[in-house]
Amino acid sequence: MVYLTRKIEFSASHLYHNPALNAEENRRIFGKCNNPHGHGHNYTLEVTVAGEPDPVTGMVLDLKELKAILEREITERMDHRFLNYEVPELKGQIPTCENIARVIWWILEPKITQGRLYKVRLYESADIFAECYRNGASHA
Amino acid sequence: MNEELKVVFGRRYHFAASHRLHSAQLSDEQNCRVYGKCNNPYGHGHNYVVEVRVSGTVDPATGMIVNLVDLDDFVQREVLEPFDHKSLNEDVEVFRTTVPTTENLCKEIYQRLKHFPLAKLERVRIEETSNNAFEYAGEEFRDRVAVR
Repeated sequence: MVYLTRKIEFSASHLYHNPALNAEENRRIFGKCNNPHGHGHNYTLEVTVAGEPDPVTGMVLDLKELKAILEREITERMDHRFLNYEVPELKGQIPTCENIARVIWWILEPKITQGRLYKVRLYESADIFAECYRNGASHA
Repeated sequence: MNEELKVVFGRRYHFAASHRLHSAQLSDEQNCRVYGKCNNPYGHGHNYVVEVRVSGTVDPATGMIVNLVDLDDFVQREVLEPFDHKSLNEDVEVFRTTVPTTENLCKEIYQRLKHFPLAKLERVRIEETSNNAFEYAGEEFRDRVAVR
């Protein structure tokens, strides 16, 4: 099995606010992230696909194809967007790194038909990230 | 369907510390041969990066596995305060008798963090420099891999 990873970056704004909680609780739990006008990050997304190289092309999947999928499915949806208001898949969820990574997983998994989606890692900053993979996948 | 997905939260921390690699079980000459410059009697330092990965359920109310503030407080108390701007050999009890290689540092930090009550510690990765990295995921992880 070979694992290949493609990285993209996008910039977006968000805010953390749970309407089921009162203003004070929101501030206590989310701190600065609860600022009502939002704030932004440069996100880095690493997408790892696992598979066996095709004997003819030597590729798990064509990187150009993966690049196009990421461009179409993620960059167009999320780049220079306000995640709370402009990404329907995040509707009703707090757009934390964990939730965005998970949404990205569910968007990408059916689109990757050569090899299989193995891991999604999303950095919100150089020191904060979340990653998803299928339960039971080894993750050395 | 979400239950089939495992979500891990990762956070990187930074501290600076000095150490000297010297084993009491080896002669001076052997120490010098094994550890080279790292055996310099006055020690030397690194800017360490500690990457902590935890897993758990994403709380629908917060969207989080764990509140960053709680993880930060725990790591601050258990690792950064005792290690930052310290001599690992002199100031950290375990390294009075164990060589403070980054392998051992990884295991020590894992031991300190595995009791974090709010999420499951998955792995500790330490970058001693931008060219050296070490990871430890507990002995259970080794056993799990061995079984496969």
